[in-house]
Amino acid sequence: MSETYDPSSLPDLLPIYYKKLFPYGPYYRWLNYGGVPKTYFNHREFSFTLKDDVYIRYQSFSDQQELEKEIQRRCPYKIDIGAVFSHRPKDHKTVKAAAFHAQEKELVFDIDMTDYDDVRNCCSGADICSKCWPLMKIAIQIIDRALREDFGFQHLLWVYSGRRGIHCWVCDDIARKLSQNGRSAIAEYLSVVKGGEHQTRKVTLDDIIHPSIRKSLDIVEKAFKDYAVDKQDFLGNEERQTKLSEDFKSGSNSKVWWAIIQKREKDIREKKKYKDCQNVTREIMLQYCYPRLDVNVSTGVNHLLKSPFCVHPKTGRICVPIDPEKVDEFDPEDVPLISQLIEELNKTDSTDDTSKRGKDYKRTSLSSCVQVFENFLKKLENSWKGKLQEQSDLKMEF
Amino acid sequence: MEIITKSKARRNRHNIKKEQDTLSHPLQFYKIPPSDTISLQKFEEYAIERLKVLKAVENAGVKFIKGTQNYKDHLEKEIRKTHFKGILRVPFIEVLDLVRSRKVYLVDGYAFVPRDDMISILLTHYRAHLSHSLAITCRALPHLEEDDRLLPMLCGLSKRYIGEDYGNKKSTVGEITADMIDMLSKQSFPLCMQQLHQSLRQNHHLRHGGRQQYGLFLKGIGLSLEEALKFWKNEFTKAIDGDKFDKQYSYNIRHNYGKEGKRADYTPYSCVKIIMSNPPGPGDFHGCPFKHTDPDLLAQKLRSMSLSKDAVDSVVNYAKEGHYQVACQHYFAVTHSNFEDDININHPNGYFEESRRFLNPDKGNMNKSQLGTPRTNRNPVKMEGTPISQLASQTQPSQDSTVGDFDDMGDNDLMDIAMETDAESDKKSS
Ligand code: SF4
Ligand SMILES: [Zn+2]
Repeated sequence: MSETYDPSSLPDLLPIYYKKLFPYGPYYRWLNYGGVPKTYFNHREFSFTLKDDVYIRYQSFSDQQELEKEIQRRCPYKIDIGAVFSHRPKDHKTVKAAAFHAQEKELVFDIDMTDYDDVRNCCSGADICSKCWPLMKIAIQIIDRALREDFGFQHLLWVYSGRRGIHCWVCDDIARKLSQNGRSAIAEYLSVVKGGEHQTRKVTLDDIIHPSIRKSLDIVEKAFKDYAVDKQDFLGNEERQTKLSEDFKSGSNSKVWWAIIQKREKDIREKKKYKDCQNVTREIMLQYCYPRLDVNVSTGVNHLLKSPFCVHPKTGRICVPIDPEKVDEFDPEDVPLISQLIEELNKTDSTDDTSKRGKDYKRTSLSSCVQVFENFLKKLENSWKGKLQEQSDLKMEF
Repeated sequence: MEIITKSKARRNRHNIKKEQDTLSHPLQFYKIPPSDTISLQKFEEYAIERLKVLKAVENAGVKFIKGTQNYKDHLEKEIRKTHFKGILRVPFIEVLDLVRSRKVYLVDGYAFVPRDDMISILLTHYRAHLSHSLAITCRALPHLEEDDRLLPMLCGLSKRYIGEDYGNKKSTVGEITADMIDMLSKQSFPLCMQQLHQSLRQNHHLRHGGRQQYGLFLKGIGLSLEEALKFWKNEFTKAIDGDKFDKQYSYNIRHNYGKEGKRADYTPYSCVKIIMSNPPGPGDFHGCPFKHTDPDLLAQKLRSMSLSKDAVDSVVNYAKEGHYQVACQHYFAVTHSNFEDDININHPNGYFEESRRFLNPDKGNMNKSQLGTPRTNRNPVKMEGTPISQLASQTQPSQDSTVGDFDDMGDNDLMDIAMETDAESDKKSS
């Protein structure tokens, strides 16, 4: 099995991937939402990024066949999913600008490792490794819990972005219909780490900690020592100490430390400062580990987000769904590479030529990833059935 | 909202009687708009009176945060009317501002709202109604255009009583070029913009929030689109290649100049907006340094600019107490030697213009007459004595457009227009 990927081979690999492996069936079933309303799929915007960064917006397709045909014809390096519009996006030039507007979209979250650069010492920018990936696990656990338990959402699709982050698509009816104001309210409810480059203390807890943050703290507390102390050695040198508190700045010999400890105790004794101190360790843990959301991405109904099952052009990894319940088992290093999938396909190709078109992924390691997607989809479809049932029951009563 | 002076009332008693039948309440909070004929002059009078009241309400909100006793009584009466008691369980969507600030307990999509916060529910309904009506009004605008007297008046109205918005004024565009910015930033930029300028020069990059705050400010001081593209490209391409810049960043710059997307002409952010919405996060350099910098760091920074100890102390103290704009005024005074006038800072571009006028009196006067804006109108809200933090609950966070987010005018855009009654409005439909 090949474990390497060469970005220059992408133009050769993509046509095969889109022809044999991309899971069009489940993908269409997702975005069609049971065909209610009928126009839901064909009013949906897709955008393609082609070779050499050629970017085309406002693509839309009438059905699965047209989608398949277009993706295979264009072989996009990247596919983005946008909003469901008032008209078919491909007709947007023929509609008056004022009438053409975004109506619905999944509520989405984008968590990107680059936003954690000040609290990870192993890598920076687009790089990730096993020492910092735990941050993403914590993020999934916290956001997933809050969205389900606090907001009552049920249909969350978590996706690896192919390189350094994760996305979450909240697909419940209410979520898709949220206004911009509703989206930003939820995103802010979920944002705890605040403060720019000129503020060292980035988390401030109230005296009475909100129940939702308490639950987040439970999650962070379990992971903190392993992440910050063992993996990151977060107070390992003077620079790291300064990042945490200006108090450390004057150096870290015993004399200074002793002075700091004494000052802390004095502060605590003077009642006034007590409040400031009681949450110190909690605030530090949240500052290091609490998920950092890109609020801009969540807020706009019209914001485009990279589609699941795209290929990341630089890493060659597939943007596969993540099962939030098995987040500990997910390792970005194990995510299938496009080159690897195609090799797997070639190996089995000769032995099995009866395979049905579109089911070829079952013969590759993409299969388990599509299974995660199918599980999400089944629950979603059951909820429609429930609704249809409810509706017909209502009719019966009259 | 109709404010009638005594003499005017006497003169117009008949008219008013008739109007009150349709308007029923002196505040003119009607659900169904009146449809009678009205003279253009009268309309303008009413409009101005109305603006004055809005302004007064806003000022009152600045001065007495939770309101006077009367104000409270009124709210309570409203809440009583709804017959709610104790804690109410409502879908979270009904109390978004409480959700946003984590003031409610959420379980399974329902918010448990304490009695004291029930006003939020009313607010939601009022907003929905307002936004709906604005949408209808907006659709009616094309008809108004047929009368070429009304629209220009409506457009000019907000400027007359609300203060300067520092949009791209014809008379100043092109006066500033990219190569002047280094020098100007040292002489005349408020601290927030100095800070953005320095980190841009240092990192050859600014994140979205910083690009918006700084970019629109530069536009406001008269940097043309061409010069702006040159300025940003010059700096960014020290870290990335030009091709990438053109693809990723130039769209947004043109967008801010109203050349892309819905072609709205964006105006620079006011202090209130900078201080209260979109706070900086990790990696961000935008915001107001008097609010968004740790006091120790602020002091250190000011000392490094060789301000006297007294000056540093007084600026930092104002900042600590939450008087960010007063701190900024002080900073202005101590960095412009022999400055004796009394100024109010409520807009970074106002800061800049005051500074230019002071350093360069002749040219300043010329500008002033060209602009035709009396100085006093620039300072609609006096911030002294009110910690701005208390205002936070009253302002909507900004809804900045980003790349890939344009071409639609949703409820929220309309809301912004309604909610932002002073110079903080960042979008001006063109
Ligand atoms: S008060 Fe206004 S002008 Fe002064 S630094 Fe803050 S935001 Fe800038
Ligand atoms: Zn790492």
